[in-house]
Parts: sequence; structure tokens; C-alpha cells
Amino acid sequence: MEIFGIPHQAFLGQLLLGLVNGAFYAMLSLGLAVIFGLLDVVNFAHGALYMLGAFVAWLLLDKLGVNYWFALVLAPLTVGGLGVVIERLFLKHLYKLDPLYGLLLTFGLALIIEGVFREIFGSSGQEYPVPELLQGATNLGFMILPIYRTWVVGVSLVVCLGTWYLIERTRLGAYLRAGTENAPLVQAFGINVPVMVMLTYGAGAALAGLAGVLAAPIIQVNPLMGSNLIIVVFAVVVIGGMGSIMGSILTGLGLGVVEGLTRVFYPEASSIVVFVIMVIVLMIRPAGLFGKEA
Amino acid sequence: MKLNALVAALAFGFAAAASAQTTGPVKIGFITDMSSLYADIDGPAGGEMVKWAAQDFGGKVLGRPIEVLTADHQNKADVASSKAREWMDKESLAMLVGGTNSGTGLAMAKVAEEKKRAFFAIGAGSARLTNEACSPYTVHYAYDTVSLAKVAGTALVKEGNKNWYFLTADYAFGHSLEGDAATVVKANGGTVAGSARHPLNASDFSAFLLQAQSSKAQILALANAGGDFTNAMKAAKEFGINKSMKLAGLLVFINDVHSLGLANTEGLQLADSWYWNQDDASRKFAKRFFDKYKRMPSSIQAADYSATTTYLKAVQAAGSTDSDKVMAKLKSTKVDDFYNKGQIRADGRMIHDMYLFQVKSAKESTTPWDYYKTVAKIPGEQAFTTVAESKCALLKK
Repeated sequence: MEIFGIPHQAFLGQLLLGLVNGAFYAMLSLGLAVIFGLLDVVNFAHGALYMLGAFVAWLLLDKLGVNYWFALVLAPLTVGGLGVVIERLFLKHLYKLDPLYGLLLTFGLALIIEGVFREIFGSSGQEYPVPELLQGATNLGFMILPIYRTWVVGVSLVVCLGTWYLIERTRLGAYLRAGTENAPLVQAFGINVPVMVMLTYGAGAALAGLAGVLAAPIIQVNPLMGSNLIIVVFAVVVIGGMGSIMGSILTGLGLGVVEGLTRVFYPEASSIVVFVIMVIVLMIRPAGLFGKEA
Repeated sequence: MKLNALVAALAFGFAAAASAQTTGPVKIGFITDMSSLYADIDGPAGGEMVKWAAQDFGGKVLGRPIEVLTADHQNKADVASSKAREWMDKESLAMLVGGTNSGTGLAMAKVAEEKKRAFFAIGAGSARLTNEACSPYTVHYAYDTVSLAKVAGTALVKEGNKNWYFLTADYAFGHSLEGDAATVVKANGGTVAGSARHPLNASDFSAFLLQAQSSKAQILALANAGGDFTNAMKAAKEFGINKSMKLAGLLVFINDVHSLGLANTEGLQLADSWYWNQDDASRKFAKRFFDKYKRMPSSIQAADYSATTTYLKAVQAAGSTDSDKVMAKLKSTKVDDFYNKGQIRADGRMIHDMYLFQVKSAKESTTPWDYYKTVAKIPGEQAFTTVAESKCALLKK
């Protein structure tokens, strides 16, 4: 059987792989969307935070012998903590200014963090093994799917939907959204808005860190791994609609699939297809697919 | 009379612009990937090797101090060529060492030819540098894609691996390597089932690997390098590709093997021009490098050092930094040092021995960075493009 002239096995395989990549896009763009939606900060340091998550996991294993399962909790906490520090030290002072300043600041931070790690660890990357429990692969008939990749998709979906639920459907989420709409008023109700904002940035950073831990067994842990990904992830957020949480989840998964299929039909275009879609979306719906019209 | 003076002035101006200056420091430039996926195999440490070579030479040549300039080309050909041009115009650069990335290497070779300055291509692999794009001022010093294909490719086909599929980095180097390897495969009676091309510094290889697997070829040849090679290897193992196909890295550096670990690379065959543990002189150089960087030098870093020394010796022997005189000296003197023994041919190709190595198992590896055993030593005449195969006009005189 063939689909559009491609054997259906290859087609299904690429569809599935696209979904796996999409899971990463979704989780990273989710953090960006949360931070932008609630803080109005275009967080260019997101790629560096993702890289840090992977490095913390590797350092824990290599230097302290702490395994993957603990790293899955400890690394996001560490990166989240760093996020809190960044917010307190730098970002806090920029909220009254144009969002462009936040972008420039986080971009600079990303360059510094990546530069320092490259200086210490070099560019070759470090090997992080797949945890024993998740080793091996399932033969699906049309392709061999590593168990670890299935795990990644599962974790990503749970985390994404959980975050969406927290922000859109709970009281805490309501406070958050209200705080960003009208901070003085929410403050008047006795809610500490600055602390809430700080924790939001920390949570966004922790999401990036978690994505980093999940990626560590798949690719070499490398100081540049974030900068390779961040531009695509930004395109995902723009296509989904800046600040729309469900939008960035669905767009992340969707674009992963589109990219995967492009690799079947016209591999040379696979690295730019996301940007072509971005241009088209911006022309037709400037606020993004799921964004509210500004 | 006035006209004559004007012509003389013009000629003088041209002469001054066309050759490196004859007083003041002798400047050597080094442009490579300092910060991205190739930074460990060459990068800042490669620049340091050029500086070491200058210092070990006594810091002076022809009584003039040697000055080394370094820059990062960020894997962009336009950045590389404009930096090279700037140095040649404003700094009177005498010689340029070109680092990793063939796109940048080809661009810099063109500038060096236009400005008539010696250009040593080291990290860049594309054999076009001394073939279709050859120049009287280029020396291709270390390895090239043809030698990788002939050394590693021939060995694999002769083992009975007849049907090949390529996973190729989509730029000058990858294209050259794939083309040269395909030629070798076909010449030895093999076939090429197809190829998939991935962008440089790709973030995910699984999709390309799946395509490779459906080709049912015996060999999956990785025509990429550095971080792309390590990530492709890692994904291939994860998806079990290594069970149905034999993986072959066409350009593997010792840093890649170290990064992946012996468990992931055991048994891999690879072609290279130098290995730190091959003899006493190499070990001595490697130890000095290790003391500073806590890792072993790649063949490219060793070649950076050797090439700089070779150039300075030629300047000394020629008694001038004039590029034409130095090039003539380079092409008429044998190279013999810890890195290799060889001869620079008229097309600029340094003809020297190449090696086929095999990665040791963890059990066989007794000391840190003890990774390779030598399978075969291939004489330069067999490893590189032959005069008959070459399209370079400089060889046809």
C-alpha cells in the first residue's frame, strides 16, 4: 500500500517520529507561551535553560551518580531556581519597559550561559545513557519505536495538559491571569503579585529544564543543543499565537508532524518548512492560529 | 615622462597591494569554527597550535617577529572570506590557515588566489580544493574527501559490503564526500541505493535514519562530521538501525569517539591522517597538548601545528615572504615531521600516508584516549586523487 507514492510504512513511521519531535516543540513552546502570556517577556534564554536541564542531569549522573529518575525532578527544580534568580535580579526591573528589552536581556543571558558551558565542556557533547527501565524498542511492524521515545511523548502530553489545566481551569490560574491583566487590583485583594510573577517565570524555566532532561538520552548533551532548537520553537509560538497555551501545545505537535512529513516528500525543505508556515500564518492571521486578535 | 612616472607609481601600488609586505611582523591568520559543532576538533585549540608552531620556530622568521591572528567564521562562507580579505588588505597577511568547514575553505581559497597569498586548508575536507577549484596558492595539507573515500570506502566494499546508502550533511563537504565515496563504491563493484541529506547541525536524525532503513542497503555511510556524526550514531543505535545495517563513519575524529564512548563505537573503522598514539614524536606532541587541554589532539590540530612549521621553514629557505617564491619552495621540499612525511604536489595536495584505524573495545583500551588500532597504512599515492584522475590544470603542464 502506498500513500502519495510513499510506502505506507515509511509514511506512518515519519508521522510517529514527527509526533515525538512535536512533543519537544510543544513542551518548549508551552514554557515560552506561559512566560509571554503572563509576563509579556519574550524569553530568548529558553534554549539555554533547556540545555542547562540536560547538563544538570548529566552532571548529576556523571559526578554524583544520581540516576535519571531523580534527575527528572532535581534538574527542573535547579533550572527553575535559576529562573527565579534571573527574574529577581534582572527581569523584574524591565516590566515597565518595552518587551524588546526583556528579549534583549534574555538573549544576552543565553549567549553568556552557552559561552560559559562551551568553555568548560567543549562542543563535542557528553553521552547520557537511556535509563535501564526504558531501554529497548517495540517493533510496530512498520517501524521500530524505541521505548524511550514513547515515554517522552507520554510525559510531554501529561505535562502540557497539566499546565494548561492549571492555568485555564484552576483558581491559582485565575489569579495568575487576573494579575497580569490588572496587577494593582489583584494586589488589593491580598494576593502577592510580584511573587506570583516570579514563580511563573521559575515554572516556565523548569519546563525548559524538564525538556532538557528528557532530551539528554536522545541527543548528545551539548552546550549548543538549545540554540539549535530555540528558533524553531519561537516559530511554533508565533504560529500558535503568542501567549495562547493550548495553541502552542497543538501547534507544537502539529508542526512536528508537518516537519516529519516534509522529510519524506522533500527532505531539503524540512529545516525551513516551519518558517514557511510561519510566514503564511502571519500574513493570513497575524495573531497566530489560536491567538486572540490584538 | 610624466606618463612613465604615473605608470611606475601605479605598478608600484599594484605590487604593494598584491604581495605581503616585506618589513614588520610576518602575519599568519587562522580562521575556523571557534564556537559551533566543529569547535572541539579544531577551534581555539587549533589556533593555539598555530601559535605554538610560531613560538617553537623561535617567534621570528627572517628576523621579523611572527604574529598570529585568529577569527571565528561561524560556519559561514561569507564571514570567512570577508575576514580573510580584510586581513590580506589591511594586515598584509602573509599566510592563512583555513579550519573546518569546506564551504568556508573554498571561499577563502578563492580570496587567497585573488590576493596571491599562501592558503593552507587543514580542517576543510572537500577534495575540490585541489581539484576543480585548485589554485596555485592553496595547499591542502591534512586529509580530503577522496582520501577518506578511498581508504575507508575501499576497505568496506572489499569486506563484502556492496550496497550503500548515504546520510549526508547538506553542504559542500557532505556533497564532496558522498560523491567521492560513491565513486569508490562503484569502482569496486558496489552499488548506491540512495541518500538522505540533512541540514548542518541538525537537531534530529530519526526521520532520515528511517528512510535509510527502508532502503535495505547493507551499509549506512555517514557523510557528515562532528556533532552531526555523533548524534546520528546515537539515534541509529536507539532505533536499532545498527542491527539491520552496518554503520560507517566516513569522517570520524577522535573527539567524536571520546564523546560517544567506546561502547557505542567499538569496531568502527575510520580513515585519518594521524593518531596521537602512533609513535614517540606524536605522543610527545600529544602530551604537551593534553597537559593544557585535558584531551588528546585531533589530527587536524596536529596538522595545524605541522602546516605552520612547514610554511615558516619554506619562508626561511626562500628568504622571502613573497607568496610565489614561498609556494615554489613548498612544492619542492619534502615534509618530514611528527605529523607526517610527504610532498606537496603541483596542485597543492600534500601527498602523505593515510591510515585505516579501528576503534578498540573497552577491554582493549588500556590508557585514557587509547582508542585506535591501526588496520592498514595506505601510501599517499593510493590514498589521494591521482594525477590521471585530477581535473586541476596545474597538474597537466
